[in-house]
Amino acid sequence: MENTVNIFLFGKKYEVPENLTIMTAMEYAGYQLVRGCGCRNGFCGACATIYRIKGDRELHACLACQTKVEDNMYIATLPFFPLVKQVYDIEKIPATETVMMQLYPEIYACIGCNACTKSCTQGLNVMQYIAYAQRGDFEKCAEESFDCVMCGVCSSRCPAGISHPQVAMLARRINGKYLAPGCTHLEDRVREIKNGDFNELIEALMQKPLDEMKELYNNREIEK
Amino acid sequence: MYSDKFKQSLERVEKARDNNIALEPERMTAKQKEDLLAAFHPDYRQDQFDTLKIGPNKGDKVPFELSDILQAHSRISADSVDLEKPDYETDVLIIGGGGAGASAAIEANEAGADVMIVTKLRIGDANTMMAEGGIQAADKPNDSPAIHFVDAFGGGHFAAKRELLSKLVCDAPEAIKWLSDLGVEFDKDADGTMITTHGGGTSRKRMHAAKDYSGAEIMRTLRDEVLNRNIPVVDFTAAIELILDENGNAAGAVLMNMETRELLVAKAKTVIIATGGAGRMHYQGFPTSNHYGATADGLVLGYRAGAKLLYAETLQYHPTGVAYPEQIFGALVTEKVRSLGAKLINVNGEVFMHPLETRDVAAASIIRECSERNLGVDTGDGQGVWLDTPMIEKIGGEGTIMKRIPAMWRMFDKYGIDIRKEPILVYPTLHYQNGGLDIDANCMTTNVENLFVAGEAVGGIHGKNRLMGNSLLDIIVFGRSAGINAAAKAKDVTVGKLSLAHIEKFEKELADAGITTETVSPKLLPNYTKQKGI
Repeated sequence: MENTVNIFLFGKKYEVPENLTIMTAMEYAGYQLVRGCGCRNGFCGACATIYRIKGDRELHACLACQTKVEDNMYIATLPFFPLVKQVYDIEKIPATETVMMQLYPEIYACIGCNACTKSCTQGLNVMQYIAYAQRGDFEKCAEESFDCVMCGVCSSRCPAGISHPQVAMLARRINGKYLAPGCTHLEDRVREIKNGDFNELIEALMQKPLDEMKELYNNREIEK
Repeated sequence: MYSDKFKQSLERVEKARDNNIALEPERMTAKQKEDLLAAFHPDYRQDQFDTLKIGPNKGDKVPFELSDILQAHSRISADSVDLEKPDYETDVLIIGGGGAGASAAIEANEAGADVMIVTKLRIGDANTMMAEGGIQAADKPNDSPAIHFVDAFGGGHFAAKRELLSKLVCDAPEAIKWLSDLGVEFDKDADGTMITTHGGGTSRKRMHAAKDYSGAEIMRTLRDEVLNRNIPVVDFTAAIELILDENGNAAGAVLMNMETRELLVAKAKTVIIATGGAGRMHYQGFPTSNHYGATADGLVLGYRAGAKLLYAETLQYHPTGVAYPEQIFGALVTEKVRSLGAKLINVNGEVFMHPLETRDVAAASIIRECSERNLGVDTGDGQGVWLDTPMIEKIGGEGTIMKRIPAMWRMFDKYGIDIRKEPILVYPTLHYQNGGLDIDANCMTTNVENLFVAGEAVGGIHGKNRLMGNSLLDIIVFGRSAGINAAAKAKDVTVGKLSLAHIEKFEKELADAGITTETVSPKLLPNYTKQKGI
């Protein structure tokens, strides 16, 4: 018999094998998940979860798919959190701090409690990226927030009502579109294709008999 | 930290590391690859396939798990809903909220069509979100769409539909530009040059990436754009049956609220299936790198309504799924780990193949190492081979892993394994549905009018195996194209009387073929509960 631990799903006790994740433990207990389960690989943020170990004062936040169960773990999932996402036209917004003042003015009400950073399921320095956003330093905000999976736990802990993941999303889009250097070879290639420069080559491949295609493939030069 | 049982093998890997880095393993010849695949690739195991008895692909072979849901009962009968009173009416109905569905929605909206997305989970809950390694496009001076074409055509065993593949490669640079203009943050040098690497089977370095969150970065940006455009997204609502009109053209879908089970009717002038893949069908018992909802729904919906499948018998087993620790068993280890220089090593510390063969060849080679050659590493739950990640830091310099593949570091760090210092254990995992619904170059199915398909639910773009980075590309190229074409087509469509007569017709075919089954489909979600209720 494998070793088991006691966990408390929404307060109710279940005995589960100790090697399970919180998500697989819920399934072991009999939950057929619809909410709170997405990619099961730590990328989508669907399975934000809050837990406390009995006797411990501290609350922990995690992704259920990426966290092993522990004995006496009290678990509550947070499958949805009402983040505020402002609607904007990416073609028309200014790439300056005024955009943050217009769309997410609450970031300036940050009281510096750092609860967002402490609760981040990805271990990001959330308060720092909000500070960058306040200053209109979108490049740094984008870099610092890049691994965000938008699970929303930070916002659930924020006394100022900030929707951190949406602030970071805006910063990354501004950075990607307006601040990152343009790409000449990409622009050139798009133009060449529109110009029909490759039509003849492609047309030849469309017609080429199978054995000639095999020959071409098997003897192609591979860049080191 | 690995337990002592791995110690001996780990020491061999470490000792051989410098020599293994210097080693340039030979690539296999065409003949060697052919023999390897025939002997060890899961697609070639004849006893794992069933012959379809009914439907447009009658006589074709597909995995047992797929034939079970293709030749199954509908979740409803024609009288379950009132087709005269649609709950939604739109020009373009998009089923699926992944990368293809979102791209289609943005383009259909841009074209001025009324468009809505229905998705059984949330928008962005899709394999797109989990694609790590990158997206291909021939945009460097030493590259061309023609070279990209040859790489993909050969890698797919010369089976791709050429009109689809040429569209894929020729529209690729424009797809990157489109994403970039939407604000997707591609890895670039200071002068704006894209940082590109090889993928398995590429002959030019054309893999564009956003660290190892490439798909996540693309998906969250597309999702943000869909929401900015106020495109309606009906989430936690699955399409469970297509609706045709009296002329047999696609004209909507029956929807089911995943939480309340309420049935709803959506009427549309054109329908786009963008439902993604099938990893959660666990073909041949393999673990999967796929999203929770990857259950081949679109194939089932399309097939029952008369649409034809292409290459549904070919699946992609990603060579490097996690083999250890068991909590992340089957999760994806991006091919980019090998692009950055890590090699595959057996229990004795030996490099047993070139790390950048195509995925099917690499998977078969790992399976051979762990079976016939008996040179795999026993993980306690199965077998695996080493992927020597510390090589990346030695080749690219300290810090390369945190800069280029932070998600991989984070995934293993949670279990006490620092991939900068320790190698990881991998084994093939079910990753991608190569086949799917058969479409023309306008993304419309070849035999159901007004039914469009985009993304992983399509068959024929890649042939019988797909190269890394061509899937993120295909969801963008074909997603956009499906959106544009479905919006254009909707302008000329007059929807006839709605009908679900095809359900009964299919039931009759099942009965006539002597198929008795309890299965209802689409499956929608896998069931992993251990304690079964009454």
